[in-house]
Amino acid sequence: MTAYTSDEMMTVAAARRLSNGAVCFVGIGLPSAACNLARLTHAPDLVLIYESGTVGTRPNVLPLSIGDGELAETARSVIPLPEIFTHYLQRGRVDVGFLGGAQIDRFGNLNSTVIGPYDAPSVRLPGAGGAPEIAMHVKELLIVMKQSARTFVDRLDFRTTVGFLDGGGARARDGFPGGGPRAVITDFGELTPDPETHELVLSAIFDGVTVDSVRAACGWPLRVAGTVTRVAAPTAAELQALRDLQERTRAAHAQHVRITLPT
Amino acid sequence: MTGPAFVSLHDAMERHVRDGMTVALEGFTHLIPFAAGHEIIRQKRRDLTLVRMTPDLIYDQMIGMGCATRLVFSWGGNPGVGSLHRLRDAVEHQWPRPITLDEHSHAGMAARYTAGASGLPFGMLKGYTGTDLVTVNKSHIATIVCPFSGEALTALPALAPDVTVLHAQQADREGNVLLRGIVGACREAAQAARTLVVTVEEAVDQLDAPMNAFVIPSWQVAAIAVVPGGAYPSYALGYYARDNAFYLAWDGIARDRARFTEWMTTHVLETSTHAEFLRLVGAVA
Repeated sequence: MTAYTSDEMMTVAAARRLSNGAVCFVGIGLPSAACNLARLTHAPDLVLIYESGTVGTRPNVLPLSIGDGELAETARSVIPLPEIFTHYLQRGRVDVGFLGGAQIDRFGNLNSTVIGPYDAPSVRLPGAGGAPEIAMHVKELLIVMKQSARTFVDRLDFRTTVGFLDGGGARARDGFPGGGPRAVITDFGELTPDPETHELVLSAIFDGVTVDSVRAACGWPLRVAGTVTRVAAPTAAELQALRDLQERTRAAHAQHVRITLPT
Repeated sequence: MTGPAFVSLHDAMERHVRDGMTVALEGFTHLIPFAAGHEIIRQKRRDLTLVRMTPDLIYDQMIGMGCATRLVFSWGGNPGVGSLHRLRDAVEHQWPRPITLDEHSHAGMAARYTAGASGLPFGMLKGYTGTDLVTVNKSHIATIVCPFSGEALTALPALAPDVTVLHAQQADREGNVLLRGIVGACREAAQAARTLVVTVEEAVDQLDAPMNAFVIPSWQVAAIAVVPGGAYPSYALGYYARDNAFYLAWDGIARDRARFTEWMTTHVLETSTHAEFLRLVGAVA
């Protein structure tokens, strides 16, 4: 077996969570890599929707931004952005959403807005984007984030996006249509919500990872499932497909653009 | 109704974008009106309320050059790269001046534009529930109850910019404007505006527009400037690709106040046309 990085393991683990034929709302970065890896391996009929308005897109290289031309040119249809959020997402037509964030808490709530107080932040982050409504409406939400005690926190500085609120029945009581977080995929393994309390519990780890090291990299006392499974290492085919995709992407993003001006 | 005036970029911005106005330069990754934004910077417009779903590099530049006192937005990063350092510096350190935020989600901004385009006082959606956006932006986010079902929904005030500026592929001789590809919230931002100004890649005798294409009728457009490459370093489908390498390089330029100021002075303030800018950055074939 070839060596692989924890980023690659994380992307492969996220990709495996996507079933063929699902309708998936894709965010930029690692979610986009995972969704396209799934499409290029076990889920060729995965329907990818990017919030820019591209529906059923099959990019050959990963987009740097959420509205690259590659997404439009390989899409089944390109529609106005408001319709993506109303006719598709709010109408309940999206199965899976994929998000990251700067901070997460034990109930899968996310912060992508500020570190520090909102009015005087030490770090101003990009903000909400599509996240609050993606998390509200998709049938199941997958979260991918590198884990550290700095990012997996006891209290969020700002709640940009709702996972399970304060846990228990809070999400359902407040009328959220979608099912909430199904799994958090980290560079150590996977956390999944307890079916009753909705608190995230360590349920799977990658090769070479110990339960103690995961607990040490968490800002709250992380609970551990009765049985922690081991996630299978990436197969040669998965690694090859991912690396080819990333190589094509690097080459494409390095190209400078030249415009021909009329004389 | 009469069609738009075909004017220079300089004249289009000077006539229609004035200090203190609420201005939306829309286009989602695609068709971002960079040339128009640069001209607004050259004309040293001040106290603007800038509206965009994704501020992108163009608002990073306008904020860093002191054009704006308020920002209405939903996602302020350099996509796939990281921070907008000038936006961050304005929020974190009030440089070069303080900026007030009216912050939303994408779905919320879409609802606000759609309400503005429809002549309604507010837009609504199933969104924002349980988020701290509601707490920090009380004057622009409220709850409304459906009179039929009793369901609680989120209401947001309509957005109706004084001026919306779009970049498009083509205008015909009458001034009808065609946008193709990813259009983001351009349609709603155009219809919501009191005044619509457009830059285009080219003027043509006949638009390359199948039935149901997104064509803005000439009588809704106040002015058109023909500006080839006007969306660079974003892109115009069918004309040129997004310069992702420039977006990556911007991170280093914008990170430092002095380097940013020098870059903007050389490339924007000291150029007089967009063609000159494109040649200087090496974007011309």
